[in-house]
Amino acid sequence: MKKTYKIDVDCANCANKMEDAAKNTPGVKSATVNFMTLKMIVEFEDGQDPKAVMQAVLKNCKKVEDDCEIFL
Amino acid sequence: MNKKQKKMLTRIVVAAVLLVALHFVPASGIVRFVLYMIPYLIIGYDILIKAGKGVRNRQAFDENFLMAVATVGAIALGLTGSGDYTEAIGVMLFYQIGEWFQSYAVGKSRRNISELMDIRPDYANIEQDGTLTQVDPDEVEVGTVIVVQPGEKVPIDGVIVSGASSLNTSALTGESLPRDAAPGDEIISGCINLTGVLKIRTTKEFGESTVSKILDLVENASSRKSRSEAFISKFAKIYTPAVCYSALALAVLPPLVRMLGLGLAAEWGVWIYRALTFLVISCPCALVISIPLSFFAGIGGASNAGVLVKGSNYLEILSQAKYVVFDKTGTLTQGVFEVSGIHHNALEDEKLLEYAALAESASSHPISKSLQRAYGKELDRSRVTDIQEISGNGVIATVDGIQVAAGNDKLMKRLNIDCIPCHHVGTIIHMAIDGKYAGHILISDVVKPHAKQAIAALKQAGIQKTVMLTGDIDRVAEQVAGELGIDTVYSELLPADKVEKVEALLREKPEKAKLAFVGDGINDAPVLSRADIGIAMGAMGSDAAIEAADIVLMDDDPLKIAKAIKISRKCLRIVYENIIFAIGIKLICLILGALGIANMWLAIFADVGVMILAVLNAIRALFVKNL
Repeated sequence: MKKTYKIDVDCANCANKMEDAAKNTPGVKSATVNFMTLKMIVEFEDGQDPKAVMQAVLKNCKKVEDDCEIFL
Repeated sequence: MNKKQKKMLTRIVVAAVLLVALHFVPASGIVRFVLYMIPYLIIGYDILIKAGKGVRNRQAFDENFLMAVATVGAIALGLTGSGDYTEAIGVMLFYQIGEWFQSYAVGKSRRNISELMDIRPDYANIEQDGTLTQVDPDEVEVGTVIVVQPGEKVPIDGVIVSGASSLNTSALTGESLPRDAAPGDEIISGCINLTGVLKIRTTKEFGESTVSKILDLVENASSRKSRSEAFISKFAKIYTPAVCYSALALAVLPPLVRMLGLGLAAEWGVWIYRALTFLVISCPCALVISIPLSFFAGIGGASNAGVLVKGSNYLEILSQAKYVVFDKTGTLTQGVFEVSGIHHNALEDEKLLEYAALAESASSHPISKSLQRAYGKELDRSRVTDIQEISGNGVIATVDGIQVAAGNDKLMKRLNIDCIPCHHVGTIIHMAIDGKYAGHILISDVVKPHAKQAIAALKQAGIQKTVMLTGDIDRVAEQVAGELGIDTVYSELLPADKVEKVEALLREKPEKAKLAFVGDGINDAPVLSRADIGIAMGAMGSDAAIEAADIVLMDDDPLKIAKAIKISRKCLRIVYENIIFAIGIKLICLILGALGIANMWLAIFADVGVMILAVLNAIRALFVKNL
């Protein structure tokens, strides 16, 4: 399952870091962060609950870049 | 400017003013230090906090950390020696100016590009009890009649029920000539109604309409990352830590060597200063921002010209295209068969066409359609009786009591009538009326008006080989290819053969030269996906084409192929310029910094100045009008 979320982040490098952080979150199959359109596209592994996974993604993203937001 | 940007701008101005003012304050020692800390903290407090958080989260090597270490280090050097704090504050100030500019420029181009693609309709008009009500297009069900007034956007795909008007399709196709629309015509969303009121019966939901599909496609385009972007993210990951470790080495090793090996004074201050300069240069911002921005601008510019690119990676591949393979029908030719000549006729042209059209009136074959079109008047089917279709030969029918035979030479042979062969290329319909030969009608596909120019433009753009694939017979194919100046032709191909031919071409071409296939998207989806890059054209309203292709040309003008290639080349040229420029300047400054020639001011230019120039350069990719 794929879902798109709006995000807010200030710099392109931070967006890359968020992408890595999201990719390395358990339950996430793949993730792309598009800095230009401020969107995060997350593909979840089968049988995962997107809501719970996204909470973890947000936590991991905050860890690498404090000044970021994902609108869940 | 948003709230964040305004606040930042205020901080920048206040800090800058304070810095200048302090220059005239004759303070020294600890008082001087405290005074200078005011602008430093105003401009840099958030960086210091972020750096602290980064260290706590074990994400030390980010630009906040680098800036914090560099400026705190410079202040420490000032405290112990020179008493010069301006450098540290200056570095922080310029870094923040750079960040502010970056955020402003990116926000601005985000808005610019979304304005270019301003085709999203805000509402749909529905007539209820004689009055018009505006509703959300999402809520309109299939089959509803909507009203579009002059100046409004068509919100949903449909068929015109009543009203005639001309439509501005420029937002979709880049074509400025208005298109006429009359009842019965299919109409696609995103066009602007110019002159008359139109009533449209919707055939799709809003989410399935052309306008939604296009917006979705363009908005998600830059999510498919190109190899240059992947390279830059990898580079940034290695580059920053590498520079940090070199900075550490630069701070420690030379003084130790001097002290222990050469017996000279260690000069710790000098080397630490050089190391701090290194840190300032090490931020990879210019690269990480300008490359995606270039692609984003390139894709935005392309869509404004009626070329939809599904991802940065496709823009990159297109720029390397050296082989262009065309499908013939519908791509280089109109795909509409038209009567192009009537020869050796015993009757008047008009009369012969009338008989032919009537005899073929029961058939749904494209040939009979084109006969009817050429005849141009309403057909009275009651005049036709005893229709006899002889498959593979033609039709024999009785029109107004006279026997009419229309078909190929086999039909004539069957009826024992001598026919005169035609030396033109196309489909020939021999006519026999009342058992006597009455001449033949030539029907052929028409080459698109810009097709020849398009091939010439491709050659000029450096395309090495143009190939045409067609299911048509050799003679027709050769003639069209000769007329257009196409290098190689493969004719009489079945759809599966086309895939095979493209695969053969893919095998024989050099690895670096990419192969683009251009089709009309109707039956060549397999070929579109097999080629390095698939370009579908004339895609307005055709979902299959939008799905299968990597690049979609909104109208069916083949000249756009060359334009698309030029846009991609410009975009990629800008990307490479930025990569070389940014990495080049940084490397030079690193060397100068290590040698002690570059001070921190130069270092901050290498960081912020390069970033600003790279961003400005990236925005150039948006301008594609004159390509």
